Amino acid sequence: MADAKTRRRRWREPSVLPGFGPAFGFTLFYLCLIVLIPLAALIARPWEHGFGGFWHAVSNPRVLAALKVSFGVSLLAAAANVVTGLIVTWVLVRYDFPGRRLADAIVDLPFALPTAVAGIALTAIYAPTGWVGGLLAPLGIKVAYTPVGIWIAMVFVGLPFVVRSVQPVLQDFDAEVEEAALTLGASSAQRWRGVILPALLPALLTGFTLAFARAVGEYGSVIFIAGNMPFKSEIAPLLIITKLEQFDYAGAAAIGVLMLAMSFVALLAINAIQLFLVRRGAPA
Amino acid sequence: MRTLTAKRPASVGAYLLVAAGLSWLALVILLPLAAVFIQALAKGSEAALSALKEPDAISAVKLTLLVAAICVPLNAVFGLAAAWSVAKFDFKGKGLFLTLIDLPFSISPVVSGLVWVLLFGANGWFGSFLEHNHIKIVFALPGLVLATLLVTLPFTARELIPLMQDQGSDEETAAVTLGAGGWTTFFSVTLPNVKWALLYGVLLSNARAMGEFGAVSVVSGHIRGLTNTLPLHVEVLYNEYDFVGAFATASLLAGLALITLILKTGLEWRYAGELSASRRH
Repeated sequence: MADAKTRRRRWREPSVLPGFGPAFGFTLFYLCLIVLIPLAALIARPWEHGFGGFWHAVSNPRVLAALKVSFGVSLLAAAANVVTGLIVTWVLVRYDFPGRRLADAIVDLPFALPTAVAGIALTAIYAPTGWVGGLLAPLGIKVAYTPVGIWIAMVFVGLPFVVRSVQPVLQDFDAEVEEAALTLGASSAQRWRGVILPALLPALLTGFTLAFARAVGEYGSVIFIAGNMPFKSEIAPLLIITKLEQFDYAGAAAIGVLMLAMSFVALLAINAIQLFLVRRGAPA
Repeated sequence: MRTLTAKRPASVGAYLLVAAGLSWLALVILLPLAAVFIQALAKGSEAALSALKEPDAISAVKLTLLVAAICVPLNAVFGLAAAWSVAKFDFKGKGLFLTLIDLPFSISPVVSGLVWVLLFGANGWFGSFLEHNHIKIVFALPGLVLATLLVTLPFTARELIPLMQDQGSDEETAAVTLGAGGWTTFFSVTLPNVKWALLYGVLLSNARAMGEFGAVSVVSGHIRGLTNTLPLHVEVLYNEYDFVGAFATASLLAGLALITLILKTGLEWRYAGELSASRRH
């Protein structure tokens, strides 16, 4: 009885290995210094003029417009990444063709390429004088310096998240399930709707979430191609920088806190859907 | 369980699908990469090279290397300490601890820079104290280092933790019960087991440390020759309409990205079994 009590009170299981104290202590100290104290400074800052001050900062029409652009275009980009990412993953996993491993490796390029480099490269391509922008300009389609340009930059940074989320699930997909559907006479569309998509749905949703979260906060690859016109193509992270340059720390922090809160709510909602799908029986 | 193996495309539809997937990759990923190098050479290799020999470009290279040289080792030590405590021991609140380590991934780079200005900027928490004692953090090297430490924090830990959790602690327990000391166990049992994953994490954190733009942009102040890292130097040149200079500098960074990608892919192919499961292809 007493033994059970002490076991319950102990927060760490006993181990013969040494070094938990120093390793855990250092990790916690480093986390506090680099993550927790700075985030506390962020969360504490917007309230220096009370809730009214916070509300005044974030209900400004220009701020609302920037948040709408950031979150709206991020949603559209993540949605596009789910569709194209699924096709790319399917091709990489299911088909054997020359250069397959190379194609697989370059999917990670957006992770490795510095965002400013991607930003100026995309701008050069989609500007009215660029390789692709020059083809679209005579048709009256403007890409660079419009929200479409922002969307292109966000699609670039988000693609690897979807591919790398779906790939392991598709690789481990049980052949017998698919073959059973085939021998039972399911058509190609039926197999997709009934067998393959439900199994991939949680992974697709994870990829969507990661791509969306990255796109919302993205700065470097977006600002060059966005044109940064207030109310049209200005993103929320840029407004934070503008406020800082005017020494409006509370205003900058207010937008930062609101962005964090909105991303957090979005992530919670998607996690809830994820949990629902897993409970319903789809593999995680 | 049996999985389907990849097969050659056999129908017209399959060929079209493969073509569509590869065209998308070429359009979205290869085209921007090619654009960097082609734009850099738009006025010949002489112009591109002379842009890289500018004093401001050289000091940007030095500053970038210095920031990475400080941040990457710290990040590796943090990753090892975090992985040792999470993977080799059981304690309450581990989930929360892991969430905290992953947290920097979900913060916008701009916010990762902003927090340091809120702490150490002129109107920040410690702003007047620092000014009084003539210590510069924001708009100087310490600010760049802190911002880079925040954005790169999860990289090494993320590679080591899943692998070390898979490996368990049996080998270390055996070493310790046979009389080996803590450091001996770590250096001759644990480290050899995770060396490729550690290198993988160092590779990724180095690429991010050298290429980070948003976070350092907030804390740098863009002082030419003093606080501009390579990505910031690219921005300055681009905004001055010096496109050859901007793309020449950008091609240095693109080269770094390519080398990172080649080494990373090499590690995935060669040492697949010694990386965490999600990295095995």
